[in-house]
Amino acid sequence: MTLRRPARLPVRARAAVVAARVVSGAARRAGRHGSVIGGRVATMVDRRVLARLAAERTVVLVTGTNGKTTTTSMIARVLGGAGHEVATNHLGANMPDGITTALLDALASSAGTAGSGSVAVMEVDESYLGEVAAATDPRVIVLLNFSRDQLDRVGEVRTVARRVGDAVAAHPTARVVAFADDVLCAGAGFSAAAPLWVSSPSRWNGDAGVCPRCDGPVEHAGVRWACSACGLARPDGDWTLVEEGGTATVRGPDGTATTLDLQLPGHVNRLNATFALAVGAELGVEPAVAAGRLRDLAQVGGRYRTVTRPGGTTRLLLAKNPAGWAQVLDLLDEGPARPVVVAVNSREADGRDVSWLWDVEFERLARHPLVAAGERAADLSVRLAYAGVGHRLADDAVAATRDTVGDVDLVGNYTAFHDATRALT
Amino acid sequence: MSDARVATFPEGIPMSPVPTSPAGDAVDPVTVVLLLPEVLGTYGDAGNAAVLATRLRWRGIPARVLTVGWTDAVPADGDLYVLGGGEDAAQVLACDRLRDSIGLRRALDRGAPTLAVCAGLQVLGTSFTIADGTRVAGLGALDLETRPGGGPRRIGDVVADPLLEGLDGPLEGFENHGGLTELGPDAAPLARLREPARQGGAGNGPGGLEGAVSDRGHGNVVGTYLHGPVLARNPVLADLLLTRAVGELPPLVLPEGLPTATAERLRGRRRVCGDVRSGARRRAGA
Ligand SMILES: [Zn+2]
Repeated sequence: MTLRRPARLPVRARAAVVAARVVSGAARRAGRHGSVIGGRVATMVDRRVLARLAAERTVVLVTGTNGKTTTTSMIARVLGGAGHEVATNHLGANMPDGITTALLDALASSAGTAGSGSVAVMEVDESYLGEVAAATDPRVIVLLNFSRDQLDRVGEVRTVARRVGDAVAAHPTARVVAFADDVLCAGAGFSAAAPLWVSSPSRWNGDAGVCPRCDGPVEHAGVRWACSACGLARPDGDWTLVEEGGTATVRGPDGTATTLDLQLPGHVNRLNATFALAVGAELGVEPAVAAGRLRDLAQVGGRYRTVTRPGGTTRLLLAKNPAGWAQVLDLLDEGPARPVVVAVNSREADGRDVSWLWDVEFERLARHPLVAAGERAADLSVRLAYAGVGHRLADDAVAATRDTVGDVDLVGNYTAFHDATRALT
Repeated sequence: MSDARVATFPEGIPMSPVPTSPAGDAVDPVTVVLLLPEVLGTYGDAGNAAVLATRLRWRGIPARVLTVGWTDAVPADGDLYVLGGGEDAAQVLACDRLRDSIGLRRALDRGAPTLAVCAGLQVLGTSFTIADGTRVAGLGALDLETRPGGGPRRIGDVVADPLLEGLDGPLEGFENHGGLTELGPDAAPLARLREPARQGGAGNGPGGLEGAVSDRGHGNVVGTYLHGPVLARNPVLADLLLTRAVGELPPLVLPEGLPTATAERLRGRRRVCGDVRSGARRRAGA
């Protein structure tokens, strides 16, 4: 393994890199997750290691409630095709230690290709954007959306969005690419001097009743929204996703129109791709070239992966909150009424509270044969009963897919999805 | 909540449609008024309105949910009223909007059964103080006052023994709030937490009392900190409110094709759910 970059790092940082390598190697050999431990150790040796590792890279940070992993993966693809070396936290470890680890891994594997053209595309947990941006001096910050997710763990979504806005305001040199249709996201995006707005018809506005600027009432008319107290309103999109008759077109600020042809399903991924095209253009990749690089992307960390089993296939989908579910329901509406297995857990990483199930329009699954599974299957079953949707209970989500003939979708929230992914590997 | 649907089991067993009015269309549906869900709806509490209406339909009584949005007037002649939880700013906004509502004032004055959860409970109190120290006058339908609790929010699944006549067996739900609520002489607690120190939640505050019931007038205003939604997890409380609204309830006729365990829960014979540690065991023993 050639180690080029440490030579250019200060002594303390070099020691940090070596320590991290020893520890994460040991963790991997022991079968433990090596995705954060290296960064944790390196940070203990050198508090500024993240800043030093990021110093010579063009950094793109991606945050928001839903779609971070997929959009990060898309942006990395768009930028990576340009011959740049791209570091990214593809394992989804999106807090500072995980991001440091991803940069350390890139350092180890770059073998001298890293240079002034190298890029880092990192997804960042919403609560850590300020800290990570302060260390990495990002060139681009992407704000996808803000909605209710695990309230009992990360606090109120408005507080989270306000802190993101503060982080944006603290980095005036970063170009902010933000979602105009989401009230809280736009509120944070307005903290930047010249944000680029992404827009598309959105069906979710559940957390958008109160103005992020003045706490006045926000009213909606179709995709438009405005605060009736201070006048804060949806900005016009610079990058707009237009979907007509089965064709998805991304219109750019200079009048470009790029047709999307994705393997990843659903409106949500066409929207994620719109963000990727916007970021690509900002960093010099033509939209048509960017769209071409997204065509072959078929799964992201197991999301949307289709597994073949005797008698049919199982497609794996992640939905961990009402907004995520709204996107999955849109996706399922596009296809045939195939069986759906829904698995819901409430472990620490999922959030202990499952009342969010009542903000999901499960009524829309009435045409699908349905199975309720996961550790909170009983709560889910009660919700489905009140929705008037027939279903059966199963102890094990993956076993339930095997009991079904034909093509099945398995939708899980965070740990339920990862359990299923592991079981189907 | 959707109208009657015919769904199909994976096994192909048809699910019966939800029964409609035996008297046909001539009967006015019972109206459950859901207040401002776009500002008081961040915790799934709108589900309480759906539960009330659906449990009436499952008894052959036509029912509907009437959603009152930001620019809509609150009807004075609703049969039940439901308020949910929300964040600080949303709560202040909702309170300002509802304080001036003549429709809601009339409904509360005539004793319309009302369920108010979390922020909703605080809005119906005499006053509440938000984190920045601003004191906001409430609607005064419940004799209680709420102040910031300081320290960490009270978060977690809780079990509480009801103190209200007509409720037997424990109430359960998920608490997530920062305020401490003190009841005045004209309000009675809804329940008392079991071992509050060992649970994430703390009810109204020190002492482990949970929620409030108005002791004035008709005693039909029920406030609680329990999310879940509380009526989905505690069907007995849902039926108590329905009884106050429409009198004695006909027997519950559930749609065919529900899992047996779920049907039992909907009848209120088993606890609806539990936390992750005990949930799997309970199902395994089913
Ligand atoms: Zn405003």
